[in-house]
Order: sequence, then structure tokens, then C-alpha cells
Amino acid sequence: MTTAVNFQQVDILFGTDRQRADALPLVDAGKSRADILAETGAVLGCAGCDLTVERGEISVLMGLSGSGKSTLLRAVNRLNTVARGHVTVHDGDWQADVVTCSQAELRKIRRECVAMVFQQFALLPWRTVAENVGFGLELAGVPARERTERVMAQLELVHLTDWAGKYAHELSGGMQQRVGLARAFATQAPILLMDEPFSALDPLIRTKLQDELLELQDRLKKTILFVSHDLEEALKIGNRISIMEGGRIVQTGTPEDIVLRPENDYVRDFIANVNPLSVLTAWNVMRDVRDLEAAGDGWMWLDRRQTTRFKLDANMLVIDAERNGAPAIWVSCDNMEKMPEDRPKVYWATAGTPLKTVMQAMHQSQTAPVALFDEASRFVGAIGIRDVLRAVIRR
Amino acid sequence: MDPLSAWIADWKIPIGRWGRDFFDFLTTNFAWVFDTLADVLASILDAFVDLLLAVPPILLVLIVAAIAYALQRSWKLAIAVALGLLFIINQGLWKETIETLVLVVAAATVSMAIGVPVGIWAAHNPRVYKVLRPVLDLMQTLPTFVYLIPVLILFGLGAAPGLIVTVIFAAPAPIRLTYLGITSVPQPMLEAGQAFGATKRQLLWKVELPAALPSIMAGLTQCIMLSLSMVVIAALIGADGLGKPVVRALNSVNIPLGLEAGLAIVVLAIILDRIARIERGSDR
Ligand SMILES: Nc1ncnc2c1ncn2[C@@H]1O[C@H](COP(=O)(O)OP(=O)(O)O)[C@@H](O)[C@H]1O
Ligand SMILES: [Mg+2]
Repeated sequence: MTTAVNFQQVDILFGTDRQRADALPLVDAGKSRADILAETGAVLGCAGCDLTVERGEISVLMGLSGSGKSTLLRAVNRLNTVARGHVTVHDGDWQADVVTCSQAELRKIRRECVAMVFQQFALLPWRTVAENVGFGLELAGVPARERTERVMAQLELVHLTDWAGKYAHELSGGMQQRVGLARAFATQAPILLMDEPFSALDPLIRTKLQDELLELQDRLKKTILFVSHDLEEALKIGNRISIMEGGRIVQTGTPEDIVLRPENDYVRDFIANVNPLSVLTAWNVMRDVRDLEAAGDGWMWLDRRQTTRFKLDANMLVIDAERNGAPAIWVSCDNMEKMPEDRPKVYWATAGTPLKTVMQAMHQSQTAPVALFDEASRFVGAIGIRDVLRAVIRR
Repeated sequence: MDPLSAWIADWKIPIGRWGRDFFDFLTTNFAWVFDTLADVLASILDAFVDLLLAVPPILLVLIVAAIAYALQRSWKLAIAVALGLLFIINQGLWKETIETLVLVVAAATVSMAIGVPVGIWAAHNPRVYKVLRPVLDLMQTLPTFVYLIPVLILFGLGAAPGLIVTVIFAAPAPIRLTYLGITSVPQPMLEAGQAFGATKRQLLWKVELPAALPSIMAGLTQCIMLSLSMVVIAALIGADGLGKPVVRALNSVNIPLGLEAGLAIVVLAIILDRIARIERGSDR
């Protein structure tokens, strides 16, 4: 993996030069935002933030309103000035520290490396949809012919080709934000900053745009730094989530990390209302094959109750299955509906199969354990009812 | 008067004399500058007046109506404009109207040429605005007659001093409205410009000015109206136009003449206001 954006000990303060200078020692002492404001008059935007965003991932900044998410995000294209620390932006072999780089380098970063999507869309109302999408290209001096081509390609990507000549106010909120997305994609910047891009939309449209974003991301493989105050959204689209509180990052991890191993009470409160079924996958709850009990003669028990066993060859491929002492078939839980009811069967899942599907498979097979196969169909682990229950009640 | 007040009055600060000395100094040392300026301005204005008067009035009526249609896409407006101008011809005030039109358009042009850049400068530079604000207040509250006298001393009688007092009176409007327009560009729009790598100049031309355009155009229409309201005062210092018959009517208590010239001014005001008004569909 290669790094796309790297934050190193980033402190951001708002206030006069004097106030900010006074505040730095207090930041070092780990004082809270309220204390720093009371003592120096400076507002703490964020403090001591360390974060690495890998190329091609969606990294989400999460936290309550005012926790400093936007402030940290906006350091990447210097919409906010960093008081101390480094923010390095990588583009291929090229890299620059946004905090110290020259105006010319900053313009290069803003035009070619980092594009931004705004919460309130920030479209220019006197420009048509196409002109808005071409805005960044126009600033970068891309010739009109090439611009038109690239704009039309982006509009197709977000399904707005028919609206090219319309003005922003003629579009619904969801469409306006798709224009915002297209404007950001148009510059072909590898890094996207998204500051609560879907918060201003109603829930149905929000879900739809999240899906569209994920679909686009599958194809375009951008590096996305995404701000959200909605944990469901963060868990849905983030490869990695950083939870922020009072200007500081309190935990960074994968969605499962956050849900299964919250680091403190603030994070625990956050995830208290999250439905684990929407986050967890088969991989998160399985027991590894090395922890399973052997049943002799190349057989291995899948569950603690010893109702179900597999016979494995040397390559860990399943060659036989038994359930409650009778021969059974093993089938993927992707085609659960098509299976006949009568034959005893054991379902198998892959690492990314949602926990919900695993539970359905258990239900369908009279509480049989679910096996876990890797891409080469090798047996890697099994999930019993107790594993599922433990994950759901988080014990 | 009580002794203290009398004593204070005895020590009158000679502001008036200082002012006179200052203008004496200007006229004795820089008379040629002001004379040349007055001549140049007057001949430019005269040239435009002559040009427009050389066109047959009916043809000019049609041209103005066509411009009205071209800018506003409204037949109704074009016809109303033509009728208004025909009324002016009918009242025998065509020449005066052309003179006023040239003066007003020239004053508005100069005011905008000064006002828009100054407004932008002030919007980008709070310290400039701090200095500018009292100056603008002064320009707009100082009774016109007070600066009529020095302008008269420096430039003499004629169209040039008329133009200058009109600009002094009208320029604050576009300055203020440009300032207002630029300072109220929504923050997210500015940030969109910055985030996509706009230079300062690109930000001005591609974000700030288009966003401020409605306000700047309001400055233009206000500027035209303020210029028109100065025609009578400009006439007092010798500028030709519709103000002249009004002044004459005032001096001779001539009700019919005053009514005719006054109506002509109103008609011209309405025509200019409707033609210069810009409303864009995309703003709302
Ligand atoms: N331009 C600014 N000037 C002063 N304070 C600011 C500015 N921007 C943000 N802040 C303050 O910084 C803190 C973090 O804000 P922000 O990053 O916008 O929070 P979030 O995006 O997590 O809701 C808040 O207390 C906010 O008031
Ligand atoms: Mg925010």
C-alpha cells in the first residue's frame, strides 16, 4: 500500500497570531478546547492529529458536530492554515507538504491532486451544470474542446447528461450534489475531500448517493477523505474510520475494529446504537480452522456441539460432509433460496459475507454451523450459533 | 450673548478663509490643468451630442427601441420606449433631452469606471473601507451647493463642471453596491474557487464579480437615477439639457414650461431605468 495523504501531529488553531502562539503550550499540555479558549481566546480546531490515508481507500472522519472533522479535512488543501505539524500529499512519485509549500505548489495540489465536494454543494448559480462541472478544468487552463469532452464524460458518469444546459436551481438537491461530485471527478485529481456531502439530502436520496459513490469508487479507485457525523454512513462507506472528539482523534481503525473494540466510552457511546449486523461480516465472527477440534481420520468438527463435520484433503479442500451422522451437501449461502429442503446441508460463506446472510443460512439449515471458504475454496474457519450471538451482544 | 460664548466667537477658526486660500492656490498655480480638463471633457460631451443630433430623431427613436428590445426581450417595453421618446419630440424638447442623455450616460460611465474598482478594492481591504466610508458619507450628505462653488471656481461654467458634480454625487452608489456585492459572496462559493486552485484574479473574475453582478447592476441603475436627479443643479452651473428649461421656468414662474421639462425628465428616467435593469433567471 502507498500513502496518499499523511497527517503528522497536526494542530490547527483559530484566532489572532498572538492568541495562537499563547495557545500552543496549552495544546502540548493536553488541555481541552474549553480551557484553551478561556485562557487564550484561541479556538482549538484540532490537536495532535496523526492519520495516514492509503491510496485507493475511503477514510472517514467521524465525530459529533464541532469535533474538528472539517477543520482537519480542510488542512489538506489549505483552506485552513495548520499551526504546527505536517500534511503531506502524494501524487504518484511527487509529494508536497501542504503546510509549507509555495503558492505555485499549492495551486498544483488544488488543481491536479486534491478535489473537494461541499456539504451545501457550493455550485455557482450563474453557470449551467456543464459549466459548473468544467469549473476546475477552466481554472487549470484546459482548452475548451478537451474541457467539453471531459465534462460530458463526467456527466455521463453521474447520469446527468440530459441536464447539461440547466442551472443548479433547476435541479433537486440530490442532482445538485451529483454535479458537485462530477465537478470533483472532472479534474481527475486522485484525492477527493468530501465534507458531509450527503448530510443536506433527505435519507432516501442520501442512501442512493452513497451507493452511487461506492459504485463509482469501485471503478475509479480514488483516495477519499470523507467527513460524516453519521456512524451508519461511516460504517457503510469507510475502509477506515477515525473517531474525533474535541479536536483530537481518539481511535482509528476498520469499521469492525471500531464496533468490536471501541477504545473508550466516547466511542462506545457512538456505537451503542449501531446495528452490528450492518457492519460485521463472516470473517469478524468465525473461529479459525486451527481452533477447531479434530474428529479423527481427516475429519474436523465445525461446531462445539459436534453436530457437523467436514473431511478435508491436504489442500484444505472439503471432500466430504456429515450432519447429525448423515451425509450432507455443502453449498454456498449465495444460492440459499434455490436449495431443496430435504437434504441435510451445510452452508459456506466467504470472508466478506454479511453476518446477516450467515444468520439466514443458519436459520435455513436448522442451526447448522456455517463454514468459511477463501477464494480458492479452501476451508478457513467456521461460525457457530454462539459466535454469532457473542458478536451481536458484543461480549 | 454670554461672555464665554462671545469669547469663543471672537476666536473664530478661519476655515472658510483657509478653503478660499486653498482654492486660490489651485487656481493660480494649476489653472491650466483644470482649464484643459474642462475643455477636453466639454468637447467630448459636445461631440456625442452633435453626433446624436445629426441622426434624424425618428431614426434614433427606432434605434433606442431596438436596443430596449435587444436587452430586455420585450415588445411592450420597446413600444413604450418609442412612445415616450415621441412624446418628448412632440413637446419640442428633443435637443435638451439628447444633451441630458449624454450627460447622464457619461456621468454614469465615469461613476461606474471609478465605483466598481474602488468598491472591489475596499471589499478586499478592510482598512481601505474604513477610510472610504466617511468619505462616501461626506460625498452623499454634503449639500450639493457647497461643492458647486469650488467646482465652479476651478472649471468655470459649462458641461464639464456639470459632469463633475454629477459624478461626485452619483459615484458613491456604485462604490457601496459593489462593496456590498463582493463582501456578501457566500463563503462556500469562494471556497469552491479556492479549492479548485483559482488564483486571486480568477477568483475575482470567475466567482466574485459574477456573484456580485446583480448588486453591481443595481449600482448602475441607482447611479443613472442619481445622475438624472442632478440635471437641474448641473444646469445651474451651465450644463445644457433638460435642467435649463426647468431653471428658466423657475425664474419666470412659467408653469407650462416647468411641467413639460419635468415630464420629459421623468420619461427619460423611466426609459433608462427599464433598459438598464438586468434580471437573470439563474439568480433565484
Ligand atoms: N474559521 C473558523 N474560525 C473560528 N473557529 C472555527 C473556524 N472553523 C471552525 N472553527 C471552530 O473549530 C471547531 C471545530 O469545527 P469543525 O471542524 O467545523 O467541526 P465539525 O466539522 O466536526 O463539526 C469548532 O469549535 C468551530 O467553532
Ligand atoms: Mg463540519
